[in-house]
Amino acid sequence: MEKEVKSAYERLELIRHKNRPTVRDYIPLIFTDFYEMHGDRLCGDDAAIIGGVGRLDGRPVTIIAQVKGRDINENKKCNFAMPHPEGYRKALRLVKQAEKFNRPVICFIDTPGAFCGIAAEERGQGEAIAKNIAEFMTLRTPIISVVLGEGGSGGALALGVCDELAMLENAIYSVVSPRGFASILWKDASKEKEACQIMKITAEDLVRLGIAETVIEEPLGGAHNDLDKISENIKEYLSEKISEKCQKDIDELLKARYTKFRKIGDFIE
Amino acid sequence: MLEDLFNVVKKRFNDEQEKPDLAKPVYKCPRCQSIINLDRFEELKKVCPSCNYHGRMTARERIAITVDKGSFIEFDKDMISCNPIDYPDYDEKQAKLRKSTGLKDAVITGEAKIKGSSVIIAVMDSHYMMASMGSVVGEKITRAFETATVRNMPIVVFTASGGARMQEGIVSLMQMAKTSGAVARHNQSGQLYITVLTDPTTGGVTASFASLGDIIIAEPKVLVGFAGRRVIEGTIKQRLPDNFQLAEFMQEKGFVDIIVERYKMRSTLSHLLKLHGYNAE
Repeated sequence: MEKEVKSAYERLELIRHKNRPTVRDYIPLIFTDFYEMHGDRLCGDDAAIIGGVGRLDGRPVTIIAQVKGRDINENKKCNFAMPHPEGYRKALRLVKQAEKFNRPVICFIDTPGAFCGIAAEERGQGEAIAKNIAEFMTLRTPIISVVLGEGGSGGALALGVCDELAMLENAIYSVVSPRGFASILWKDASKEKEACQIMKITAEDLVRLGIAETVIEEPLGGAHNDLDKISENIKEYLSEKISEKCQKDIDELLKARYTKFRKIGDFIE
Repeated sequence: MLEDLFNVVKKRFNDEQEKPDLAKPVYKCPRCQSIINLDRFEELKKVCPSCNYHGRMTARERIAITVDKGSFIEFDKDMISCNPIDYPDYDEKQAKLRKSTGLKDAVITGEAKIKGSSVIIAVMDSHYMMASMGSVVGEKITRAFETATVRNMPIVVFTASGGARMQEGIVSLMQMAKTSGAVARHNQSGQLYITVLTDPTTGGVTASFASLGDIIIAEPKVLVGFAGRRVIEGTIKQRLPDNFQLAEFMQEKGFVDIIVERYKMRSTLSHLLKLHGYNAE
């Protein structure tokens, strides 16, 4: 059966499906010996971002991931995957640790965006994101990022500076949520569907714009229809990319990482 | 020092006695709501005489009061943005704005001298699409940092921004990574980066190069934050205190080194540059 091409809005609905797998479903099927590590050593532990060490095909790796809940209780705990600064600072602590021990880093992105609240502002949401972006850019170990569902705004980019970016077939990645886009530009948050049509946020759009390199195929009807199959596809991609990047000279890798982002922009002079 | 303080107090006292002439154009301070004649406000370099709010200047005005006369050499002055996601009317809107503001986009970059010390300088201008960051802002800021790195020079960036340029979609988000990458390399080269936060510095600019300065200066009463005030109020369903996200609030929370009044900015920058070994040539 031929797969039909889904519109951006249909994909948005699909990734909001209540059975859409989260990173907690994927980790046991992709990695072994996973140990979750908690806390930013400064202020607290943010459940919206988890991190830890594990093995991929026997090779030690550091895993950082935004986590959506599978029900309301889980979502309350992880704040619907909207991180506070502590989440980003925990991620930074763990990737610095990865650098120290020459472990490659794998980031899973799945967030509507960084949390917008008083405490988040007071503790420097902007500074936390900025610092991650700058530090990831010069981190001396390979980084691969995968967008699992929603890649929303700076909150996603804080785990999105990498050597290669992959998108699950139905994942989206955008400057702001389609709702936010409609609200900012048209003062009408209900025009989410129209926003989806023009924002260029699908996996194919991102590859065309030179932001993502790979689309990871989802089972027919979406990732939730076959967890084993989608996990296998993600693992296959990661195995190939991690061993490829680990063989590269780190200075060459950093140069390529800088250039990957350096060339994005559309202007004339 | 004490004399300065005395003059400021005296000046404010006098100004408070001033009644605006309502027949002439007036300016209403967004912080204290007091009304002042526009020509008087301009004369005070756009600082509110009642509450000391430091208002929004154009990039040209800012350069004029900051650098040595005749020392400014502009970079990339003809760069204009395209329309990466084919957003309807974006090209037309920009053409109109270029005409009305005399700017090509929301940032002016170049090299200059501040009391003899050579610097690379970038100044954002909120009069152009609220200084949102799209391809041109991203590219010009990145090039400014790259130039400073190659030439072993310090850089001063006056930030102002409503955040990412929505009309450029995901391409605008990626400018955060591009600019921060260039800041990181400049940092590794051991050169000084001074950020001056001006009104308003928010969103993707706060979450990238604005927060990465070795020294972060802010002007009094300017807005500095990541999320917009209304967005937060919408999330938490309550009104935020008036001082929320103002420079003084952000300093108290640990994110601003020094708050510097406009009339002292040039000498402060000069002192800091010299303290880091960038002496007058």
